Amino acid sequence: MSTLALPYLSVLRVRFQLMLQYRTAAWAGVATQFWFGAIRVMTLVAFYVGTGQQPMNLPQVVTYIWLGQAFLAMLPWAPDAEIAVAVESGNVGYERLRPVDTYFLWYARALAWRVANTALRAGPVFILAALILPLTAMADWRWRLPTGGAAAALFVASITLTALLSSAFTALLNIVLVHVKTPRVGNFAMGFTNLFSGLVIPLALFPHWAQPFLLWQPFAGLADIPFRIYTGALAGATAAQGLASQVLWILLLVLLGRWWLARVLAHIDMQGG
Amino acid sequence: MAQITVENLGKIYRVTARDPGLAGAFRGLFQRRHREVVALNQVSFSLEKGEFLGFIGPNGAGKSTTIKILSGILRPSSGRCTVSGLVPWEQRIAHVARIGVVFGQRTQLWWDLPVVESFELLRDIYRVDPVRFATTMERLVDMLKIAPILDTPLRQLSLGQRMRCEIAAALLHEPRVLFLDEPTIGLDAISKLALREFVKELNRNEGVTVLLTTHDMHDIEALARRVIIIGQGKVLRDSSFEAMRNEVLGERRLIVDFADDVGEVAVEGAEVRARDGRTVELTFDRAKTAAHTLIARVAAAHEVVDMRVEDPKIEEVIARFYAMHGAVEA
Amino acid sequence: MNGLALYWRYIGISVRSEMLYPASFLLRLGSQFVVTIIEFAGVYVLFERFKHVRGWGFAEVALFYATASIAFAIADGLSRGFDSMGPMLVKTGNFDRVLLRPRSSALQITGREFALSSVGRLARGAVALIVAIGLLKPDWSAAKMLLLSWSVAGGASLFFSLKMMEGVMSFWTTEGLEVANTLTYGGEAAAQYPLDIYAKWFRNFLLYFVPIGCSLYLPVALVLGHDTGAPAWLAVLAPATGFAFLGVALLFWRFGVGHYTSTGS
Repeated sequence: MSTLALPYLSVLRVRFQLMLQYRTAAWAGVATQFWFGAIRVMTLVAFYVGTGQQPMNLPQVVTYIWLGQAFLAMLPWAPDAEIAVAVESGNVGYERLRPVDTYFLWYARALAWRVANTALRAGPVFILAALILPLTAMADWRWRLPTGGAAAALFVASITLTALLSSAFTALLNIVLVHVKTPRVGNFAMGFTNLFSGLVIPLALFPHWAQPFLLWQPFAGLADIPFRIYTGALAGATAAQGLASQVLWILLLVLLGRWWLARVLAHIDMQGG
Repeated sequence: MAQITVENLGKIYRVTARDPGLAGAFRGLFQRRHREVVALNQVSFSLEKGEFLGFIGPNGAGKSTTIKILSGILRPSSGRCTVSGLVPWEQRIAHVARIGVVFGQRTQLWWDLPVVESFELLRDIYRVDPVRFATTMERLVDMLKIAPILDTPLRQLSLGQRMRCEIAAALLHEPRVLFLDEPTIGLDAISKLALREFVKELNRNEGVTVLLTTHDMHDIEALARRVIIIGQGKVLRDSSFEAMRNEVLGERRLIVDFADDVGEVAVEGAEVRARDGRTVELTFDRAKTAAHTLIARVAAAHEVVDMRVEDPKIEEVIARFYAMHGAVEA
Repeated sequence: MNGLALYWRYIGISVRSEMLYPASFLLRLGSQFVVTIIEFAGVYVLFERFKHVRGWGFAEVALFYATASIAFAIADGLSRGFDSMGPMLVKTGNFDRVLLRPRSSALQITGREFALSSVGRLARGAVALIVAIGLLKPDWSAAKMLLLSWSVAGGASLFFSLKMMEGVMSFWTTEGLEVANTLTYGGEAAAQYPLDIYAKWFRNFLLYFVPIGCSLYLPVALVLGHDTGAPAWLAVLAPATGFAFLGVALLFWRFGVGHYTSTGS
């Protein structure tokens, strides 16, 4: 098993190291995430003034927003930059020359990228929003701890699934990139991703009739499900449904990705020279 | 007055050092270390209108730094320099409108555009009169034989084709001074020859002053009447190429193919440098022994199949020179 | 050829290189429209649930949303070249090429890249504007229309200046500067709502320090007949701060280019 996983683990380690070199970007990322979080918190606080009973109370929504900022890098923003370069230079056929399963290599790279990026950024956002903010006049806007041990444990499980789900999305983006053979495709579905993952507005604040659909669509697992579990807005049977939704979509997307990649790679022409 | 004057030019860079490995990457998040590198140290020379100067030296010697300062994109740490009376980095816009620059590893042109459209854009950027531009372009297209590829986007051209277009692009506004930074890098033999021929004519027929840096000593041999050798930021030598060759390696070689296996070969006025079976390479000092005397001596003593006299290879001359002057960092 | 004409030549080229990959161009153009419209839909979802925010209704917020989006779209369309110049030009040394041309370096960067996303933003602004006008059924005089345009111009100039300063910073960092997004994208996000919904320190920051509110809050509130505490003449003059900022940004740009030419790549 360990030798089997070795190439993927190496990919993970090198990626992580590479990323740490972008020091300015790392600090700037944290500051940016915190700032945007603050704006969104303030906006929602303003909306909550003088309002009645809501599906999530204000402290829950505020914590939800901070979680969104902390785990922002977890979202499948764009396909793998290396693959974009390979597509531009026409060298993507060489991916087949590596003696490993191409899909899982891409998947491992995506996972490394997401996890490394998140690991680097989530901590500082937590320190700022959960530890420092309570010491200021804006203590009401702080990131609160989970409601209980069960919520915390379920959150860890759910955010792990989020990493796996997001990598499956990234792998799909890579494949689309290779399929349309144009390097300049970001995540063209980022608008949907943002809205339906709950990052624009927590999904619980959408109209009541839309809720069942929202829980079972693939983007909810990228943010909304783990965040609602954390804040206690999703508990018991609905929390289990949330986790099930994540697992289901991971399986579906990985299967789809593997099938599609096999087809795409089979039709690639290597550019001679 | 000289067209280009360079006086005591100096340039010091500050570079960031980074520790290797994962731990180093983490440390780099919090602190960076710097060290200073002297790229140019008291460089002086001057160039008259119509001269052709070859600028050579090992990697990191300061060639590119000098060219960048002369073309106005880099400000020196000390010293003075003028090109056609302008200080490049202080009067950038006026200066760059009058010079042409080709960087061998960089493109001037737009990657996705057909070449001719890049040319027309450059016409507008340089504010070239359209009538005059048409004449210049026609002449350049003709001389560089790029008519068939004018409508092709740059990214579809071979390196040789691209370089010819780059040269044309640098000359569309009819500069009187041309800087060529490694223009033949990566080119195939035919493209190199064509390029040299063109630049030579440009210099000879139109009087364009050319400053060329290169790693290819054949460029220098074919083109430059004058050579500056730079090493570790200093001018080591400024003279004609022939003068330098004679000074560094006054020796010539006589290569002899003997008919039989010969034992020790001893010829007066020459030494054995190398041997490979029946082929023996002798070296001699051209100042002391004439080639025909030596040939006569060898032929008198041995049965000979063939003989030829060679000058040392130019790469050897340069390598020897660098070694003599400690031009390459240990 | 004058600067403006040259700018359009550059933009034309950038758009054409985009078109070389038609599939990706259309995909991205389409997604830009969807993305930006969806963001506006998010605002609607909030009003659907909460009805109003500190006394402002959906239609009024839509007008703030429209002016901020349009101002930012214009600035973004003009300034995208500054975004990526750190990694694309400074790090690689390709900024040399800009300096080798006998034209203003800022102008060359401005025309370097056309941001497709600004088309999407503009569309979003237009949608918000249509919604606002449709719901408010305003009785606007020419003076009010002029004031709105002036507000957009000041806001665009301010956002452009911020982007340019971001470009200047990349002469030192050689990387894209995500932190600058706090003022550009963050500023746009904040200005999409009337500033008085925010905490006082934040409102003051956006009025006096990075005066986005001078262009995109005070005049718009005046058009809506909402009292901000500022006298009307001040609200009318306020967008001029956007142009003052541009002057500062240009000075800063010259300083940055000076740094580049003394360090090289």
